[in-house]
Parts: sequence; structure tokens; C-alpha cells
Amino acid sequence: MLLTLRHFVESYVDDVRYGFKKFSPAVNNFEARQGTQATGVFTVQYPDEKLAVPERFRFVPFLVVEDYDHPERPGKDWCTSCGICAKVCPPQCIWIVRNEDPATGRPIPEPEAFFIDIDICMNCGFCAEFCPFDAIKMDHDYELASFDRTTNHIFDKPKLSKEMRYWKTIAPTRVVEEMKVRGSWEHKDAAKAARRGGATRDAAREAATAPAPKAEVEAKEAKREEVRARKAAAEAPAAAPAPAPKVEAAPAAASGGAKPWEESHDDREKRKQAALARKAARASKRDEQ
Amino acid sequence: MEVSLQELNKTQYPIPAELQNNVAITSLSKIYNWGRRNSMWPMLFGLACCAIEMIATASSRFDFSRFGMEVMRATPRQSDLMIVSGTVTKKMVVPIVRLYNQMPEPKYVLAMGACASGGGPFKEGYNVVSGIDKYLPVDVYVPGCPPTPQALLFGLIALQRKIDGQSLTTADDVPWYGVGPSEPTPVPILGPDIIDPRQMDMIRRMAESKAAKDAISLPDGRALPAVKTAAAVVPVAKKATAAAAPVAAAAPVAAPADDKRAAALARKAARAAKTGGAPAETVAVEDAAPAAAAAPVVTAAAPAAVAPAVPADGAKPWEEADEIREQRKAAALARKAARASKRDEGK
Amino acid sequence: MVMTTPEELNVDLKATSVEETVSHLTQRFPGIVSADTREGYGGVIVAKDKLVDIARYVRDVLGFDYLSSATPVDYLGEGNHSTDHLEMVYHAYRTSGGKALVFKAQTDRESAEIPSLIHVWKGADFQEREAWDLYGIRFPGHPSLRRILMWDGFAGHPMRKDWKEAYYEEDHKPFTSRWPGGHVHRAEEKSIFGHNVRYPADIDLSRLTDVSESTLYSGFGMGVDVTRMVDHHGVETNELMVNMGPHHPSTHGVFRMMLRIDGETVLDLDPVMGYLHRNHEKIGERNTYLHNIPFTDRLDYISSMGNNHGYVLAVEQLLALGAKYNPPTYRAEVLRVLMVELTRIVNHLWAIGFWLNDLGAFFTPVLYFIQERERILDFFEAVAGSRMMCNYMRFGGVFADVPERIHSVTNLINDRMRDFDTMQFLTEMINERIPRTIDELDAYLTQSEIVRVRSEGVGIISREDAIGYSTAGPLLRGSGVAYDVRRADPYSIYPELDFDVAVETSGDMYARYMVRLREMRESVRILKQLLPRLEYTKGQPVNDNNMAYSGKVPVGESYGRVENGKGELGFYIVSAGEKKSTANPWRYHVRAPSFINLTPLGLMSRGSKVADVVSILGSIDIVLGETDR
Repeated sequence: MLLTLRHFVESYVDDVRYGFKKFSPAVNNFEARQGTQATGVFTVQYPDEKLAVPERFRFVPFLVVEDYDHPERPGKDWCTSCGICAKVCPPQCIWIVRNEDPATGRPIPEPEAFFIDIDICMNCGFCAEFCPFDAIKMDHDYELASFDRTTNHIFDKPKLSKEMRYWKTIAPTRVVEEMKVRGSWEHKDAAKAARRGGATRDAAREAATAPAPKAEVEAKEAKREEVRARKAAAEAPAAAPAPAPKVEAAPAAASGGAKPWEESHDDREKRKQAALARKAARASKRDEQ
Repeated sequence: MEVSLQELNKTQYPIPAELQNNVAITSLSKIYNWGRRNSMWPMLFGLACCAIEMIATASSRFDFSRFGMEVMRATPRQSDLMIVSGTVTKKMVVPIVRLYNQMPEPKYVLAMGACASGGGPFKEGYNVVSGIDKYLPVDVYVPGCPPTPQALLFGLIALQRKIDGQSLTTADDVPWYGVGPSEPTPVPILGPDIIDPRQMDMIRRMAESKAAKDAISLPDGRALPAVKTAAAVVPVAKKATAAAAPVAAAAPVAAPADDKRAAALARKAARAAKTGGAPAETVAVEDAAPAAAAAPVVTAAAPAAVAPAVPADGAKPWEEADEIREQRKAAALARKAARASKRDEGK
Repeated sequence: MVMTTPEELNVDLKATSVEETVSHLTQRFPGIVSADTREGYGGVIVAKDKLVDIARYVRDVLGFDYLSSATPVDYLGEGNHSTDHLEMVYHAYRTSGGKALVFKAQTDRESAEIPSLIHVWKGADFQEREAWDLYGIRFPGHPSLRRILMWDGFAGHPMRKDWKEAYYEEDHKPFTSRWPGGHVHRAEEKSIFGHNVRYPADIDLSRLTDVSESTLYSGFGMGVDVTRMVDHHGVETNELMVNMGPHHPSTHGVFRMMLRIDGETVLDLDPVMGYLHRNHEKIGERNTYLHNIPFTDRLDYISSMGNNHGYVLAVEQLLALGAKYNPPTYRAEVLRVLMVELTRIVNHLWAIGFWLNDLGAFFTPVLYFIQERERILDFFEAVAGSRMMCNYMRFGGVFADVPERIHSVTNLINDRMRDFDTMQFLTEMINERIPRTIDELDAYLTQSEIVRVRSEGVGIISREDAIGYSTAGPLLRGSGVAYDVRRADPYSIYPELDFDVAVETSGDMYARYMVRLREMRESVRILKQLLPRLEYTKGQPVNDNNMAYSGKVPVGESYGRVENGKGELGFYIVSAGEKKSTANPWRYHVRAPSFINLTPLGLMSRGSKVADVVSILGSIDIVLGETDR
């Protein structure tokens, strides 16, 4: 009885604690409400505030393709149709048609067709875990409900393909880890080709648009993620592939490395200002164009 | 009648007589839909893993009572929404169909998770139904294995949106105001394997074609109930209508296009039967078979998509070679003769 | 009946090791018992006509009083053995602890018959019915050998190797149709009815009758005579049959019970299951070893981490027979135990919450108890990627280390960020929140008059019955048997952890509740010991040989078992070797605690009221995914 009374009172105490700030967008009390400090559990007001999912969250897979504004390989598949994901898939929901060069008959490292039946997929994440090319990843977009399954529940390649940029957004730390393993931001094969210096012209072009030093890129990516996180989703991640402007990595982010969330509030404020300034600059640039 | 937009927007503009009724109903629909979508009571009905997430959705953290769904009813009589949460097995689909038949209109079905939508990871299993939509009309599919509570909430919101889009004037949207009680979905039968009564005709076709191909007819007798001699002596015409019946029964499930088609085929079959003659019957019912096959599997617009994909290995009774058909006809005649002689003996 | 010889009385046969027992058995019964010398196998093979005698001897003289698992294996075309035969494999343990005595009986496939052990161990009841249902082995001596998972009238015994289902594609995954020419199709479009059933050519609806229900009633062995009147203090009543389920709010899923009642008193009860039988084992034998890990998640879907653990332990035993494989590192073990203990807490919170649901406290307690569950699930989601289907453990390690921060990323509209330090989060959970919840639960319930009145003395199972019926988990420990696999047959790092086995002696529902409550406290105790270990091992690798997606597994058999929330979860796996055609598990059997714990449900419910039956079921704590598999 006393306990019930305590719960009753506590629920109001919490309301008082957060209640006044609840509707002010300036204060982010969401974290506190869903954290370990809160008493009991708080309701997530779903369509108005969504519980963002952690990086490792896995839902239906997607295929990584190069950014659509990539200087050399816009929209090229990272997938080489090696078939490991299809083999390792426990319910066997992945279908891949390998592409063959009609002249030589040798396989081309890019799938002709790629299907995932999401009515079979069990979201186990093996495909992403065992893909040697980091080409298939687990998506975070769980809002897939539909009215009809015959037409749209077998995902084909166009529907599965998402930009590398999107993967960088939803998995900012893992993308860095993967990059370190791979040794480059580029696709494994592309990087290898560049190292071999196979096509000299390509190599030259590669050199011209030389990717920034690792640390810098890393910081930039982390940065971009942070900025994105701030501006909710008004800009859909996959949409609007506007050319990314070259910006100097802000010192705050550089020192933080790939962990932009380990900063004090001041830094965050500072960075916010910087981001806003950059945004303005970008806007004016776009206008000029 | 050409009317400019400005003119239309004026309040004084007279509403044409034939439109007046509709305008009232449109606003009525809105109120009606608003009421309906905010008092959607789901059935307390869990099948498998997804049920746990459904309970999580109902509990305090995600709390779907914010959408007017807090009252989970354990009885189908009081519920509007059946959340099929988990793997549907052949053994379980019988009670599910019964429960669905007991729900009062308007009723909705939400297939939660990969298993309920299309069999999921267990699809290949011998006791698993590949999607509840083989038996019941599904309104919303929520993919995922399992869908997180938020994904389910999104699905529920999608269902609300669907209700919002319905209109009182369209008969398809509100079939429960039609004439007479709605047709119950036929309850599947647990025979040697699960049997959908709507597909009975097709099963018979396939069994016949198989029997014609190889002489061995009956498997071990234990699995099948004893043959009733009375049922075997059915006049031809009666048999044809019986064959057409499942097609008609399948109609309410199918989309309107299929409905019409199936009805037309049924009429055709009946006509063929009346004019008599075994060959005519064969042809007619064979035509009807794809419709029956398509009806439970596909909801709209795709009999063409399914039909060619159906069996590759000789199980396509409606596309057999002529000689097989001849063989089958001969076998049927032989059987008929045998039956007749048996009857004579009986006398 | 085999008599004990005087010499045997001199040796303490109940304390010998398993190896000594095997050699003793083969010497004592030459010609009847022979050691199983197949590569990678252990235990003894018993001549089937003497099986019952040997089983009695094993139980009474050798002290292996607990039959953990009894399962058939179909060796049709396995390749390593010359003959195609069926084999029943029994795992017997001593409740005092130690390894298993494995004994087997072989029979031919055509007229498969093995004597029933139901009179030696009652716990063989459902397992033998399952063997009949899925493998078609007859058990002379079994009082009611009916199908248990499939319905009566179903054609064939589906687990046999030569039985093909409707959507049969190939014997082994990966299927060749997926790559490189993987043109997508839906299985139901290719084969609507399948080719496993043959119908008579002139079949129609009038000749098709559903016999599944009628045989259920007639086979129940308690045909109710409605004309028979029972005199109750002058009021004449007759008996009733009542069906509960499969759609019933109290049956925890799609479970069904058939009750014969006299007024409110239950005279007899028969569990009917199989409504969620999704062919886990058949699919498991088609999968590769790796494929099965996410499928085990879906067994007991409330404690998926525990299921993973049992399975990887079983396969690791096989791998240790000679594959190229590094055993899990210390940190991997710590992480496994961390996850499993958190899962146990989730499981018990859920079990107690739903048990109260059955006692009449409709849903309110559940809402309190699954508050903490949500936070633990948040942790699982951040670590393993999914709230429920964790798919976390791998052979020789775990999927990945815990992330430094439980950090979410925004992606969708209105997404809100969360960002906690993992260790801080865990510390807070383990030291503060979970103990607080358990204390609260304790204060609410333990002395609550309603709970005590409803549960004390109801659903009693005696110590002897609990062992004989092969029950496990809180059901067994509530009856005074201190049998916990973590102590009796230790695995992982449990030997070095300090915890007590929770035991109660009264054997009723209240005792089971108390066991669960105390087990949660013990879990917290374990978790507190794990925190410094987590700090200490930080940076160690957690998975040394994960990247091989098609590992080779040596020939042999293994039985890996863990103490899951529901009880002893075992995986019996037979590997037929590394050839292409046999690279997948030859036999994959799950000893499901929820399934076997239901065996004494009838015994426990007899004589109680209808309302109690519901809560007795709740106190057993079943999950249908595991019961029916």
C-alpha cells in the first residue's frame, strides 16, 4: 500500500521535474527520461518523438553503393556478387544474379540483380557481418509497413541500394572502424586497383582528387554526422546529394577524434555556431551557382 | 459543365442535385472514420515471438492506448483488429480463421512480422503457413523479425490512415452495410495436410492428373478417411456446381476484379454443366482453376503474375499436353464405367 | 529384472565416474551392453529388448536418476555407418551432479519399435510421443502413444530423412538456386500443395473429414459419460469436458489444455500442443551450423541469449574434437555470462509478472516488472543489434564487444538521441535499478496475503515426481532438488563465480515463485562480480575465429546444456563430418525445458480448481516457441 502511494507520488514528482520543460524544444530531456536516472519508465510519444536506434541495430539489409555524386563511380555497387551473403543467410532470403560479360563470359563484379524477400528475412545480420566488401549493411529504417505485400515485399536492387553516405550517417563509429580495416575510404577493389596503378589515367585522377589524410577525413565524417544529428531529419539522408563543400575540420572535432559526443557543452555550442556559419556560407555559395 | 475554380469556391454556388448527397456523406465519412480509427480494439491474441513485442507495445513505454487501442479484448466478439503476431502454423490457422469469422464487422487484420506476412524464416517448414493472407484478407503488413514496438506503432498508424481514406459511398470500403450477412471465410481442414476448401477443386485436378500419370492411386489408407460410396455417385451436373462453389466462396476474399472474373467463370462452368458432357466440364473447370488459385494468394491485379509462375514440374493441370488430357479422359471414363458396374452389382 | 550382485555392493556404484560406469556396464552385461565406439561418440549401446531392465539398473544401482533427454536420430544414408537405422539416444544424469551417461537403442527403420521407458522415467512420456510423431518409432508399453506436435491424420513422420515437405528445395543449405543465378520466386508460387501428400483422384470435400479433433477426444482416454451422475451432497451433477486454448488469454501463447471437470474440480488434464510447431529441428538439420544461431533465438524468445549459449556450447564441444578453432577468450566468457544472467532476470521478471496475471492481477504487475526489462533490452539492442533476437554468440566467442557508449544515431524524422556510457549504465542497472525492482517485487508480493493464499499448497509436485518427470529449473528446485546445471555440470566461468543455488522444499507454486525471486538476487550477485571482470579484461579480443562463415565440424555427437531461465536447455547435435553433403548438422535436437516441464501438468492440476490450473501453468513458466519448437 505504501509502495503504491510512493509510486503515485513519484510519478508526479517526475512530472514536475520534467513537466515544465517537456514542451520546450530547447531542452533535450529525452535522454534523461529514457536513462537510468529516471524513476520508472517514460512513454515514448512515438510519432512525435522516436527512440533513435543504436548503431548496431539491425533491420532489413540494404546494399551500399557509392555516393551519387562520387567523382568517378557515381552510384556504383560495392557488391561484387561473390554470393557469401546468399550462402550465409539462414533463411535463404537473398537471391543474386551474377553479371557476366557477354564478350568474354567472365563474371563482372557487380550483380545483375539482387533480391531480398523481406517476408523471409529474419534480420539476423549475418550478411552484413560476413560480407568481405562491406557492401551489405543492416538498415535502421524500420518504418516499412505497407498495405500490400505481393508487389513490394521483395526488394530489388534499386530499392535496396543506398548511398555510402547514408551508411556513414547511421553508423558513424563503425564506418570508421571498417575504414581502418579496409585501409581506405574507397571500396576494397577500387583501392587495390589504385595501389596497383593499373590504369595510369585513373591513378592520376585519383591523385588529383586525393582523399584527405585519414585523420582529417575521419574528423570530417564524424563532424558531418554530428551536424546531421542536430538538424533532425528535415533533410532526408539519402536525398539531395548536394556536393559536399570542403571545410576545414574544426579543432574541437579534431581533438575529439571519432567521438564527437565526448565534449563539454561549451564545445558543442561553439561547434553549433560554426556549423551554422558554414551552413550560411554554403547557402550563399549555392545561390551564386 | 465547365466551371471555373473561383466560381466553385464561392459559398453561394449551388451544389448540383446529384452531388448534394455525396457532400454530406463525405463529411459524415470523416466523422465516422475518426470514430472508428480511434477506438480500434485489438484482440488479445499472441502467436509467437512477435506477441512479446506486441505486449511491449501495449505496455507503458510505447503504450498504444495513445491511439485508442488500450482495450485488448480476449474475445473476438468485442475486438475490431486482429494482430496476427507471429508464425501461423497449419494447426493454428484453423482456430485463427474461426476467430476471424467470429469478429464483428468492421474488422481488420494486421500481419505483424515476417512470419505472419509471408512465412518468415520458418517458411520452408512442413507445418508453417506462408502468410496469413492465404486465408484472411490482410489490411496492413508490418515487416521485421520481430518488428520493434515502434515499427508496430507505425503499422497501426498506417492502418488508421487506411481507415481515413475510406468512404461511406464506396461499397468496397464498407461491405458490412451490404445486403445480408457477409460470407464467412471457409475454415481449413486438417486432412493429411492442410486443405483450404476453396482450393478443393484444384487439388482434385492435380490429384487426377497425377493418378493418370502413374497407376498407383491411394497412399496408405490410414491417413485418409474411408471412401463413402454414396458421395462417389454424384450426377455430373451436381458435381460441376460443387466444383464451382469453392470458386464462388473464394470471391469475397479476392479483389473486385478477381471477383467478377471468378463469378463469370462459375457461370460458365454451370452453363457447361447444363449443356452436359464430360469434356465440356473438364474444360470449364480447368479455366476456373487459375482463378481459384490466384484468389487466395494474390489480393489484387496479379492473376497474370502468378499463373505463369505456378508449378514447373507437371503440376499445371490447365496447361497439359493434349495426350495427357486424352489419357486422363480415358482414365476418367474407365473409372466411370467401373463405378457404373459397381452400382449395378449393388442393385 | 536385473539383480545386484554382492560384489557390486562393495563398490559405491553411485559415485563412479562416467567412464568407469561405461566399462562396468559393458562387463556386467556382455552381449547386451556394448560401448559406443563410433568416432566421436560416447556412452553405450543397449540391446533394445533389454532396454527397460538396463534403464532400471542405471537408475537404481548406478544412481543416474534424472533422464534429461530422449531423442531419436535417423541414420538414413549418413555415410559413416553401414546400416540405415533409427536410434534412440538417452541422456541420464545424477541429481548429485556430474556428467551424462549416454545410452542408445537401435532399431530398423521399417518396423521401428523400441520399448517404452515411461515406467522407469515418467519424463520419457512426451519425448516418446514426439519420437512417434516425428520419426514413427513405436513404443510398446506407452499408455497413450498419440501424435503430440502434428495433428492426428497427418500423413507421414516428417522428421525422417526421406520425408519431403511442400516447399522442399534441397537437402542442405545454402541452396544452389540463390546464387549465382538467383532469380527470385516465392516458394508458394512454385508448389502450392507440394508433392508430399497424394490424394485419391476423385477427392472432394464430402470425403474429407477432419479427424484431428475427434481422435483427440477419443484418444484422451477419458471419454466422458454424460449420463453418469456424481452425487454431491444430494446434488447430482455430471462431468464436463472443457477446452482451454489455443486462443485463451491465460495460456501464454497458443497452448491448449483439455480438462475433465466435476463442478470446479479438475479430474484430469491433458495438454495439447503443436500450435506453434514451426519445424525448428527439421530446418535446423538443413541449416549450416552457423545458420542455426539466429534460429535458436526464436526458441525461448524471451531469453534468446541463453539459447545462443546452449547451442554454441554444444557446437564448441564438437569443434574441440579436432577442428581448427580457438576456444573463447576470457572476456568472451565474461560477456556471455553477463548477457545470460541479464536474460535470466528478464525471464524471471516476465514469468512472475505473467504468473500474477494468471492469479488475477490483470496486467498491472506486468507493467511494473517489464520496466526494467525495457532498459535491459536497450542494452541488448546497443550491444547485439536487436531487442529480442540477439543472435549474439558465435562459436569461439561473441559477435562483438560491448560498445563504449550506448549511443543511438538519428535517422528518421523526430528521432531523439540517447547516449550513455556503457559501463556506467551497467553499473547503475546492476547496483541500483535491478535490485530496487526485485526489492519492490519482494515487498509487494512475498507477504501478500492474496498471493500466499492462492499459491501455497497449490500445484504440488513431490521431490520424487519432480525428478522422475524430468522437470527442470525452478520447478525442480522448488521441490527441494538442488540441481542447477551451473553447479551440477559447470560450464563457462561459473565455477569461479560465487552464488548459491536457490532451493525451496514445499514444491508448490509459492515455492517456485520464491525460487525465481531468489535466483534473481543470485543473478544480481553474479552480475556484481562480473563488473570488475569486465573492467579488468577490457581490450581483450572477444572473437578469434569468427570470420569463417563455413566452419568444418568434426564427426561426433555432443550434448551442450545450460541452465536457462526456464530450466535445463540442452542441444543434442550429431555431426556427420565435413563432406559437402554432410557438412550440416545431421541431427539437431533441442531438449526444451518448457516442453518437458509440461509432462507433470496433469499430475499437478488434478484435484485443484479450474482457476488454479491457469496459475499452475503460469508457475511452470512456458514459452510456446520452445514447447512446440
